[in-house]
Amino acid sequence: MPEGQTIIEQLEQIQQSALRALEMVQDEAALQEWRVAHLGRHSSVMQIFSHLSEVPKEERPRIGQRANQVKQALEAALEARAKQLKRLALERSLTSERLDVTLPGRQPVRGRLHPTTQTLRKIYSIFADMGFQIYRSRDVETDEYNFELLNIPAYHPARDMWDTFHTTRPGVILRTHTSPGQIHAMREFAPEPVRVILPGMCYRYEQISARSEIQFNQVEVLAVGRKITFSDMKGTLNDFARRMFGAQARTRLRPSYFPFTEPSAEMDVECFVCGGKGCQICKGSGWLEIMGCGMVHPIVLQNGGYDPRQYSGFAAGMGPERITLLLHRIEDIRYFWANDVRFLTQF
Amino acid sequence: MKVPLSWLKDYVDIDMPLHEIARALTMLGLEVDEVRLVGLPMPVQEQHEFRFTGLSWETDKIVVAQINEVMPHPNADRLVLCRLYDGTQELVILTGAPNLYPYKGQGALEKPLKVAYAREGAKIYDGHQPGQVLTTLKRTKIRGFESFSMVCSEKELGISDEHEGVIILDDDAPTGMPLVDYMGDAVFDISILPNMIRNACIVGVARELAALTNKPLRKPKRTQPMDGPSIEGQVAIQITDSNLNPRFVVGLLRGAVPRPSPYWVQRRLRLAGMRPINSIVDATNYVMLELGEPLHAFDYDVLVKRADGKAPTIITRAAKQGEVLTTLDGIERKLDDFTILVCDTAGALSLAGVMGGLESEVTEQTRNVLLEGATWNFINTRRTVAAQKLSSEAAYRFARGIHPALALEGVELGLDRMAAWSGGQIAAGFVDAYPKPAVDPVVTLSEADVQRHLGIALSAKQIAALLRRLEFECTVNGSVVLAKTPPHRLDIGSDVVGQADLIEEIARHYGYDVIPETRLSDSLPPQRGNPLLDREEQLRDTLVNLGLQEIVTYRLTAPEREARLLEVANAPYVELANPIAPERRVLRRSLLASVLEVAERNSRLSDRLALFEIGPVFLPVAEKALPVEQARLAIVLSGERNPAAWDRSAGEPYDFYDLKGILEALFDALHINPVEYLPIEHSYYHPGKCARICAGETTFGVFGELHPLVKERYEFGSAPVLAAELDLSSILDLMPERYETRAVPVFPPVLEDIAVVVDENVPAERVRAVIQQAGGKLLTEIRLFDIFRGSQIGAGKKSMAYSLTYQAPDRTMTDQEAAQVRQRIIRRLEQELGAKIRSQ
Repeated sequence: MPEGQTIIEQLEQIQQSALRALEMVQDEAALQEWRVAHLGRHSSVMQIFSHLSEVPKEERPRIGQRANQVKQALEAALEARAKQLKRLALERSLTSERLDVTLPGRQPVRGRLHPTTQTLRKIYSIFADMGFQIYRSRDVETDEYNFELLNIPAYHPARDMWDTFHTTRPGVILRTHTSPGQIHAMREFAPEPVRVILPGMCYRYEQISARSEIQFNQVEVLAVGRKITFSDMKGTLNDFARRMFGAQARTRLRPSYFPFTEPSAEMDVECFVCGGKGCQICKGSGWLEIMGCGMVHPIVLQNGGYDPRQYSGFAAGMGPERITLLLHRIEDIRYFWANDVRFLTQF
Repeated sequence: MKVPLSWLKDYVDIDMPLHEIARALTMLGLEVDEVRLVGLPMPVQEQHEFRFTGLSWETDKIVVAQINEVMPHPNADRLVLCRLYDGTQELVILTGAPNLYPYKGQGALEKPLKVAYAREGAKIYDGHQPGQVLTTLKRTKIRGFESFSMVCSEKELGISDEHEGVIILDDDAPTGMPLVDYMGDAVFDISILPNMIRNACIVGVARELAALTNKPLRKPKRTQPMDGPSIEGQVAIQITDSNLNPRFVVGLLRGAVPRPSPYWVQRRLRLAGMRPINSIVDATNYVMLELGEPLHAFDYDVLVKRADGKAPTIITRAAKQGEVLTTLDGIERKLDDFTILVCDTAGALSLAGVMGGLESEVTEQTRNVLLEGATWNFINTRRTVAAQKLSSEAAYRFARGIHPALALEGVELGLDRMAAWSGGQIAAGFVDAYPKPAVDPVVTLSEADVQRHLGIALSAKQIAALLRRLEFECTVNGSVVLAKTPPHRLDIGSDVVGQADLIEEIARHYGYDVIPETRLSDSLPPQRGNPLLDREEQLRDTLVNLGLQEIVTYRLTAPEREARLLEVANAPYVELANPIAPERRVLRRSLLASVLEVAERNSRLSDRLALFEIGPVFLPVAEKALPVEQARLAIVLSGERNPAAWDRSAGEPYDFYDLKGILEALFDALHINPVEYLPIEHSYYHPGKCARICAGETTFGVFGELHPLVKERYEFGSAPVLAAELDLSSILDLMPERYETRAVPVFPPVLEDIAVVVDENVPAERVRAVIQQAGGKLLTEIRLFDIFRGSQIGAGKKSMAYSLTYQAPDRTMTDQEAAQVRQRIIRRLEQELGAKIRSQ
């Protein structure tokens, strides 16, 4: 065993050569090798510890202390180098891993509601906010409910307004409007006040074309109570129009005729495509017809079980497909039931 | 109804611009579809509220001119030269108008012909092209003669399609005056609402405008003397049924000569959409358009002849079923017993209110005219129109109800116009059979009624004033108005209906746009909501969240279309009596058939289809008028589960378990449990790939892979088609109103795997059920993670590997406890299923 001073020098060399070797280390594997070589059981510094007993007694503390310092210095250097290597590796990966961010992403499969359902829901929710509940009734109706109870007797001129599909069973037809639901609802609820909307599929005997269909949805609005006025109808329907077509939407009511309402009106909304200047969509008129409405006819109230001397009400009817058509500038109404995925996936 | 402005102005002063008139009419319920300019200038406006069409005549280029002489063309028989004075100069003009030929070579005309003359550069319609094609008059050479201007036909000026000859104006037309100032016009095309037939005439429209603008209405008046020998004894009237024919009035004109009507009459008729015939027929049409009362002219001498020289008797009655009459249009018609006939003692003369008969019609030889004005039951008229598929201007009006008072006014005015345009002497008096006089309702209306319905406070005086403008006779009594309906309308009812009718009139003339906007102040009804619809919408949302596209299909189909799927012949359908097309002649019985049709159409467009529809099917019930409308849910899946993309190739196609997974996820989302899936054989599914869906005792749907032979009937690709059809109301009923949650476990679970070898035919559900039963409450999860078949485990066997989770809610389970449960499970599997447990 060399004497103390030599060992101290030896330790000095061990530290320096180890630190030099550490600078050459470039990856995790080399780092582990270095650790084994310079801090492992057989490493030079550890050898010094294990041979410490051979050193003269008085030299031992000094050498032991020094060996400890070297070992700690190497451990600290190792830790620093490990951190540095990790940082370098990260930097390398950050610079090398570059994606083409313009490649298409992996889209999860998304289902969609049919456009009519989407519009129906908008209508439901606007009227729900105004206290209107939803009442549904059947597609196949009797002539009595579809016409007679609605003040449209047989051979009445107003019957011309509906081209009707008759079934082979006399007196049984496909409803031409959701208005039969008015009678069903009133008869169910009288004498309570009524505030309902009546959605449903209706049918008309028409040639199918870009502008007309044999089946279409309708949503009817019905309010019956002891103090319901034409002004209330105007306010309610205008509130609806502003929520459906935008707060700026301008509307107008003009006189019309329906056998089950009086006074009757047609509600137009200012064309939102051209802003009222006149375009193809509004056929140059600046207005789009969106619903028929009116005060419930006294005979209809009576047939529903309400005394027209005490009760009044209003009714309105609109077509969700027509509204969808206008909002999204759909050119052909046949798209709705054709269900071409190239159409449906646009909603 | 086409309403020329010039004609309206006969009855009311109008000083509004065209678009304001159109707006006023529309806001009165007389919706203007189009304004056709016939000479008048195009209005300048910011908003094109109405469609304006037609031709404006330039004041300096199109003028009234006079032809002083018509001369032959030196080398063309079909052309003439006209010496024409246009107010500033005399020119020679070339024209080919046949109606000028008669004047050819007469030298200077004693009475110059007034014509519409277009100068060089005028914009007119090309008379030789079909339709209306604008052209500008240019200098050109025709047969060696320089032509630069022309005498116009109605077609060239956009008045009508008439191009037979040039317009010959009435003699009083002032030469040199711009034509637009002489006869420029605009025609409002108005849609007449079914309850406004009173306004299907010029006076009716004028009355509305007069009421709106608070100006007097000048009703048409008689101008010709009515002083011929009395009609008394010349004709008798016999009404068989006053319900069919409440009134029948006739008047007599002797010595008339049918001739072309004055030009202004012809022009008005054409502008209103009718064809001028001769001065007698024109007078009946003119008065119908003017007043709204259709008239019918008989050749009186024919009637006398049919009565063997005696005074004829007109009889009105219902036709006998099968009775035959040849109408004006030459068609022999077989009649029904609801058709009303005008007859004489020799037989039927005309279809009352619809069309005249051939024999008694007015001809060029007619000299004595018996003019009929009558009122007919509108229902019978409507039924006749429908049965005979025959419409006419008269039938259109009678089918909507014409007031009997107009019958007399109409005959009086008709005879007057006839005499003015055809000459002759009007017999004094009428023969008027009026067995069922109209009762014009008197309606009591209070200020409170108006307030209650319209939400506006009008005094009784204001109410009366509005109604008087529409010719109601009103008496004000405190806050109440008594209004008597004027004798030209049948649309006002009595009592509460009459009140509603009057309230509508008040609202219309007060102005819908002036009535204020308020929010409902009436009390809210009981809030019931619509729980079933809420659930249906939740179901829709869930299916959409699971990646399915909602569709909505036609509910009308044909049995043979559904037969591709159903194979069931003779199933009862709700059948249409009047289908639009054979392929849409019944209401569907199967929702799936509809969805499959859509899937088929889309299969070429999309690699992956996942569609669903919620909607009714219609099942007729014997003995019941109305079918059962059963709501269903149908789902169709087909194509690639994961379509190819830039980073992957297409995966496997959808199979049975994809659809089952969707259904499981659906019921899980809706908290419907337990649900069982049991094998079933079904006509249109693959026998080995089909299951019914049950909850307790109820089966509420069937799904599976479409049978290969059924699939062949459709144009699908090679991928299997998965389909399901479920009963909607069962699903909605099974959805619980509430559901409870479990506490999140705080003690650690014990996990272990177990592989069970069973016979191939033991269903997975059976294995799971045994494990669950044996495991009891401590077994909280069973997850099947592998199925293995191979020689190691023997033929006809399968090894099912489960991952089991044991967990106690109140303590950490020991391995020992878990081992006990495991032993129990293994024992039961061995005992009940003959299972072997593979060592791990």
